[in-house]
Order: sequence, then structure tokens, then C-alpha cells
Amino acid sequence: MTTAAHANHFVPRRRAGVPRLETLAAWLLALIWIFPLLYAVWAAIHPSEFVASFELLAPLTVTNFIEAWNDAPFARYYLNTFLMVSGIVIGQFIVCTLAGFAFARFPVPGRDILFMLVLIQLFVFPEVLIVENYRIASGLGLIDSIAGIGLPYIASAFGIFLLRQTFKTIPRELEDAARIEGCSWMGVLLKVYVPLAKPTYLAYGLVSISHHWNNFLWPLVVTNSVETRPLTVGLAIFSAPETGVNWATISAATLLSIAPLLIAFLLFQRQFVQSFLRAGIR
Amino acid sequence: MQALTSHRHMQLYGALLLLPAAVLLATFAYLPTISTLINSLFLPGIRGEPPVFVGLENYQVLIQDATFWKVARNNLFYALGTIPTSIALALAMALFVNARLPGRGFVRMAYFTPTVLPMIAAANIWMFFYAPQIGLFNHLLDVVGINGPNWLGDPSVALFSVIMMTIWKEAGFFMIFYLAALQSIPPDLKEAADLEGTGRWSFFWRVTFPLLMPTTLFVMINALINAVRVVDHLFILTKGGPNNATNLLLYYVYENAFSFFDRPYAATITVIILLVLAIVATVKFTVLDRRIHYQ
Amino acid sequence: MTTPIKSIMQGLSLAGLVVAAGQATAQEEPVELTLYYPVAVGGALTDVIDGLVDDFEADHPNIDVNAIYAGNYDDTRVRALSAIEAGDAPQLSVLFSIDLFELIEQDAIVPFDDVVETDEERAWLDSFYPGLMENGRLDGETYGIPFQRSTIVLYWNKDAFEAAGLDPEQPPQTWDEMAEMANTIRDAGDGDDQWGVMIPSTGYPYWMFQALAFQNGHRLMSDDGTEVYFDDPAAVEALEYWVSLTDEYQAMPDGTIEWGTLRQNFLEESTAMMWHSTGNLTAVREGADFDFGVSMLPAKEQPGSPTGGGNFYLFKDSTDEEKRAAMTFVRWMTAPERAAAWSMETGYMGVSEAAYETDALSDYVEDFPAAAVARDQLEHSTAELSTYQGGRVRRALDNAVQAALTGQMAPEEALQQAQQEAEAALRRYAR
Repeated sequence: MTTAAHANHFVPRRRAGVPRLETLAAWLLALIWIFPLLYAVWAAIHPSEFVASFELLAPLTVTNFIEAWNDAPFARYYLNTFLMVSGIVIGQFIVCTLAGFAFARFPVPGRDILFMLVLIQLFVFPEVLIVENYRIASGLGLIDSIAGIGLPYIASAFGIFLLRQTFKTIPRELEDAARIEGCSWMGVLLKVYVPLAKPTYLAYGLVSISHHWNNFLWPLVVTNSVETRPLTVGLAIFSAPETGVNWATISAATLLSIAPLLIAFLLFQRQFVQSFLRAGIR
Repeated sequence: MQALTSHRHMQLYGALLLLPAAVLLATFAYLPTISTLINSLFLPGIRGEPPVFVGLENYQVLIQDATFWKVARNNLFYALGTIPTSIALALAMALFVNARLPGRGFVRMAYFTPTVLPMIAAANIWMFFYAPQIGLFNHLLDVVGINGPNWLGDPSVALFSVIMMTIWKEAGFFMIFYLAALQSIPPDLKEAADLEGTGRWSFFWRVTFPLLMPTTLFVMINALINAVRVVDHLFILTKGGPNNATNLLLYYVYENAFSFFDRPYAATITVIILLVLAIVATVKFTVLDRRIHYQ
Repeated sequence: MTTPIKSIMQGLSLAGLVVAAGQATAQEEPVELTLYYPVAVGGALTDVIDGLVDDFEADHPNIDVNAIYAGNYDDTRVRALSAIEAGDAPQLSVLFSIDLFELIEQDAIVPFDDVVETDEERAWLDSFYPGLMENGRLDGETYGIPFQRSTIVLYWNKDAFEAAGLDPEQPPQTWDEMAEMANTIRDAGDGDDQWGVMIPSTGYPYWMFQALAFQNGHRLMSDDGTEVYFDDPAAVEALEYWVSLTDEYQAMPDGTIEWGTLRQNFLEESTAMMWHSTGNLTAVREGADFDFGVSMLPAKEQPGSPTGGGNFYLFKDSTDEEKRAAMTFVRWMTAPERAAAWSMETGYMGVSEAAYETDALSDYVEDFPAAAVARDQLEHSTAELSTYQGGRVRRALDNAVQAALTGQMAPEEALQQAQQEAEAALRRYAR
């Protein structure tokens, strides 16, 4: 350790250069981390007999994708997932904006206590209450509907919290100016607060999309039919080990289900990472 | 007078704005919490009869239920197995990616990608790795002459296998929080340390790590919640087996409610989960928020 | 005041619209039937079912059938019952033959006897193999009509037998023979490539165990589904034999063996013998690039296997017209020609003698005798483990089997524990 210290002392400019060992370690870890996905791609584009015997020169094929696509109604699952995710995000934006606005700007009696109550939902999320939520959804006739998948998540404590924080940072003067111009409260919200909170919406939206695209347990419990199942549930049912579907097809199906989000992520990496950060660091 | 009406008006208006959220939260968070508590006091009706009130009998059964204790212990080991390792790896990843590194973009992408996959998809892929005779891991081990274990079929290894996959899935997510925190550390600290001749290692332990403490605590809370909340992979990998070796609390709830049709007992276990979460929440709101710069 | 509320309402109804777009259904003139069905073995069975449903609808334009694949047997039961709870009950479903008690408990099903009208229809109820009706009848009423039914059979790799110096045409007849043969194959193999035998111990471990216990002359449960006998010496002996395949004969790998990937293991020749549902037969036939055979399971006191698989059930919460239509569908699906076609597509049994008398199936069996093994085994079959609180009771037994196979507990201790757990689950049901 002392030698290292001295070495550094003599070459202070080396701050930029990373010792080679670390580079190696970083790359090794990166390869390990990406490997499962690469393997899934490999398994999906080769005939099934090569899945367990790894020959480099095995012939390429798309039949696994075709088979997966034909064996399960993936088109319908895409549609369901898309409807569910957009419904949830739109609903969350509306409900959380209103609530966030109220918490940020309105003297609601007992506001702090109410806010603490909302924050509790950060810990008591719909999955934990799966048994009772199922009963309630059932009572409301929401079983096997896309609304049933989405509704428990619409009033998201996380979204309310984020938007409240953002709205609080917006200077009152802007609001006052708009009020003087005769804007209603709703006008102020839509013309001043919402536009200025755009980065928060983007961040929250991306986080919410990836969360709900990937969500499984509650959709599993609440959906019964092809018309409502999202991709995750469809994929789980399709590839349950019991069915003994061959691995190449499962790999193809897995890639099919993750493709949209994965491609979006690869294209907009920076926005994704920034969003997760913005949403995570409060 | 005018101001008073306006204040009233504002109060009312604010309350109306809160109404949709309040209704939804009441329906899907508060009411079910309360009815969970109530339902844990009943036994399910058999042969078409209504449920029977039995007081705390379900809790007595729970205390004597060896499976419950096993599952609770599993969940504890699962948390202990996933959290420190993923945090350490996340930190290492962040340090790697924060330094100047050839191919940094790719490396960062590689670390983060598992985060955008659904747990179900990840489990599907790892299923191939873990298959005992024909899976990838044992093929690779075979090459170096090691007889690989039955990753998911041996109760002494299975939970470890599940933990390993979870770490793979989570570390990249936590990395980005460390990355952000690292980028907010003023560069002059490092320059000053360089001038003083502080080694990189001791700089890390004496400066970087303490500065990252709030991030570590934040990540820890998140990881703790995930350890309770996310059981999706069990549906694919093990179904909680063999002999409950990988069963976790929430999965046990699911089994009781939907495979065994014993909703009251599922509610009883849910109450225990809620207690655990309440403790986590209390720790977060009282202890941590005082120390972490929050807003 | 009006404007903001209006825009809130607009916003909400917009979200509602998006959400509502996902749940479109239409009510038309023809009778609509919804059924859930499971798949538990390999092959593209959903395609086969869809094809059958299309054919049925062509034959019966006044009946629309919406067949929903819902996962494995457990998943499907959960789906069907949850639909009932939500007031959206299916009219019929294919569910585990052993779900009978739980479906009655949930008051979900009606016997076919309530729906049949003519003598001809009553005769139809008796047209199936009696062995397949055991799990479907209670107190003289018929609740389950056999559809995707199976027994456990032994698949063996003839090439591997030959390579180990065994007669490739001679599968094991007894427990001892199977253990010895498996051991011989294991010894003959070089290194770790090929195991002698694999009996799956995830998915449906209780089913495999029940076969062993039955071969040892023991039945695991009472007919009325309120009692189980897991810790009987004969049961203990059966589990000890299973464990000995690993411990003593080194013929089966350590740990549990995955139900789902076992077929792949067999096709990859990593085991020379496997016990599996006959429902896998066609998939194995299509996937094997070696010579294989299928035989009845080996005997101890007696040969035999529990039956398994799925029955058609009629659900209570439907109109008389729907029930009649549902029965029309069930009759069509289980008619000899369809039963024959279904059997050839999958490997599941033709459910009636008449199915095996069709030209198609009798030609097929002549050409491929393995296709008749499951049927021939029927005369040595027993009802599958079926009790009240079936989920819990089976899980208790599954855990005991897994605990013993993985060396966590001795067979006797494991089965005693399972017995206690099952008795606790059944304590409120004793009659």
C-alpha cells in the first residue's frame, strides 16, 4: 500500500490512467454480466439440437422464433402489455400530478400526516397485499381485465412523492404571474408546473414503463385469459418447465418478450440511466 | 374575510385534487391492509360453510408451522446473500465505469442490461445454466474435470443458485446510484489527496466510501424491499422446492392463497411480512432520513 | 371550478378508455363456451387443441368455443376457480382428474348425470375405460370425463442397453432388474455421461411415488378422500427403493430430477431409462435419434401405475343450454375418432376401447406398439392420489419424497412427517 502511495505521489498525472488489472477486472465482469443474454441469443438462433452441445459452427436459423411466435399468441400479449403499460402511465401521470400538486401547493388540513400515509405505500405495495387485493379486484369485477392489472398501481406513492418534490422547486413567482393573467388553478398546473416538470415526467415514465413491462406476480393472479395476459405471464406459462418445450424455442420466446424494452434501452441508454437516477435519488 | 374564503377555497380545492389518489390508495393499500389483519383471525369455511372466527389460532398454527420458519429463514438468508454482495459488486462496477476505461460505454451497458429484463425472462435463461446434466454450467465444469452440482435440485445449493441469479439481476441497478454519487464527489478532494500522497486504496476507504454512505443506505433499503417483494423467478426456477429449500415468504403466501385455497392463513403470513416492512419503514423514516440529505 | 373538474374527468376517462380497450368481448347469437385447459408434457399441444376446436366449430356452427391454455394443472385450476369467484365462470374445463374433491368443496361443478337426457347418453358415460373413471366418480355420480389421460411408463434407450451388453429388447420387469440394469449401464458408461435411470422428482413427485407404493401393494389414500396412509411400511419401503437407486446402485444422479427437462435428458442420452407420462410419447418419438422402447413399469409385489392427467368437468354456474352445449363438445372431443387422433398426436391414451378399434389407431398401434403400452397397463392401474385439501396433502408428500431423495431425511422419518402434515390438513374433514 505504501509503495502504491509513493508511486502515485511521483506520477500525480496518472490519475487519468487506470491500472491494467482494474481494466481487466472491469471487462471480465462486463463479459460475465452480458453473457447470459448472449447465450440466450445464441440458443435462439441455432437449431434446438445444438442448445446443449455447443458447436461454434452450428447452422443459423430463425425457425425458433417462428415456432415461438406460432405456438403462443405473442402478438396479443404485446398488445395487452402495451395497453396495460400506457394505461398505467397515463393514469399515474394524472392522479400523481393532481396529488403532487395538492401536496406541494395547497393548505390541505393534515397535509403532513396525509403525506406520511401516502409514503407508507412505498413499503406496502400491491404485491404484498396480493390476497386481499385479489378479493377487492374480484368484488369490483376487475378480475381478468387490463384495468384490474393497472388500477392498484395508479396512485403511486413514488410518483406523488417525485412530483411533489419537483413542484416544490418551481418558484412561486411563476405561478403568481400566471394567476395575475387570470389562469385558473388547473391552468396554472398545466401551463406552468407540468411543462417545467417535464424531466421528472420523463424519468418517472421510463421507470414506470420498465417496472410494469416486467411486472409479473399481480398480473399472474389477476388475469385468466389470452385477452388480458401481459407478456411476462404469457412467457411464464409458455415456458413453464412442466411443458418441456425445447430450450431453443424458449430462448426465442424470451427474446421476443424482452425485445421492445431492450431495444429501447439500447437506443436511449443515457435517458434510461438518467431517469432511473433522477427517480431514485430523491 | 375574503382571504378566509380563499383559504377555505384552497383547502377544499386541494382536497379535491387529492381525492382520486386517496380513493385508489384506500382501495388498494389501506383497506386491504386492514382486512388482511381481520381475515387472519378466521378459518376458511369447509364444505360450503362460511369462515369461522378463531381468534389467534392461525398465529398459533404459524408458530408451530415448521415450513413457515424454514421459509422465513430462507428469506433471511436470501436477503443476507443478495444484499451485501450486490452492493459490493455495484460499488465496484461504479468505480470501474467512473474511471477512464477503454470501452466504457459497453462495460456500463453490460452491467446495466440485466436490470431491464423481466425476472421471468432472466429465470428462463438461467434455467438453462442450472440444468444438472445438460445445462451450461455443468458442461463448463465438466471441461475442467469438475462434477458440477445439481444447482436447483440439491437443497444445500438451490437457494445459493437463486441468490446468484438475483445478484446478477440487481447489481447493475444499484450501480447507477453509486455512479451518480461518485460523479457528485468534488474532484478537488481527489487532487488534494494526490498531492498529499494518499494511496488510492486509503483514499477510497477514508474519503469515497464515507461520502457514499447515504447512497449505500438508500440502496440497502431498496434491496431489502426487493428481497421481500420479488419472487417471480421462483415460479420458473424451483417453485420453492426442493422440499421448500428455496421457498420465500411471499411465494408461500401465494401458495397458501392460490394453491391451497387457505386465504386466512395466507393473510396471517402477510401480516408477518407487513410487520417486517413496518420495521424497515420505521428505520428508514426515523433513523436514516435524519442522516441522509433528503430533498 | 367546472373547468378543472372537467379536465380531471376527461383525463380519467381517457385513461379509462385506454384501459377498457383491452377487455373487449362480444355477445352473439350462438352459445358461447369458455374452457380452460392445461398442458403438462412436451410438444405443441396448444396447436392440437386449437385445431380440434376449429373442427368442432365447423361441425357445430351454433356453438362457439373459447379454449384458453392456462399453464400446468395447478395453474389451470387456480385460473378456473378464480374466474368463478369473479363471477365469470367457464362452462367447462379440462382440469386435473384429482381436482375432484376440491372442485366439489368449492361447489364449482355438476355431475354429468344431471345433464344427460337419453339412455344413449347415459350409456356414453359408461363407454370409457373403467380405470380412467376412478378419479372422476364420487358417490355414484360422474363428474369427470377422461380426456388427456395417462399412466406412467418406462422409456428405455435400446442403443444404450446394447452398448452396456444388455438385451436391447428386454426392459426390466421387476424392481431388482431395473436397479441392476441401471447399475450395469452406469458402470459400462465412460465417465459421467450416462445415468442408468431417472425418475422425475419435481412437478409431480407424489405421482411417481404413488406408482412405487402401488407396485409394493399399497394404496396411499382412502376412497372418500379424507384419509391418507403415507407412513405405512410398504410406502416406506417404496421410498427406500427409490433412494437406493442413487445411494446403493449409483444409477440415478443426486438431488431432485426436473420433470420438465427430463425428456430432454432422455433425448440427449444422459439417461438410459426414464419414468414419465405416456403423454410425452409422441414428442419423444419425434425427438429421438436412437432406438427406444416403452414398457410398463417394473413390478415389486405387482405391476402397476396410477392413472394421471386431465378430465373434462362441467361447471355449475351456467345455463342449461350452455351445459348441453358443453356436453356436446365433450362428447365430440372424446368420440373414438378424436380420441384416436389425440392419442396419436400426443401419446396420451385413447380413452375408450372404441378409440383403439378405429382404423387409424389400430394401424398406428400395429406400426408402433409403444402406443398401446399405457392402455395395456390400465388393467394394473390405480386411482391417482386425490383427497380433500389436495394441494396441501400432495405438497406434504412431495416434500417428503424430495427430502428423502436429497438425503435431508430418512425415508421413514420423511413419510411420518408428511403423514402428520396431511392429517393436520385433513383434520376437519374426517367423516
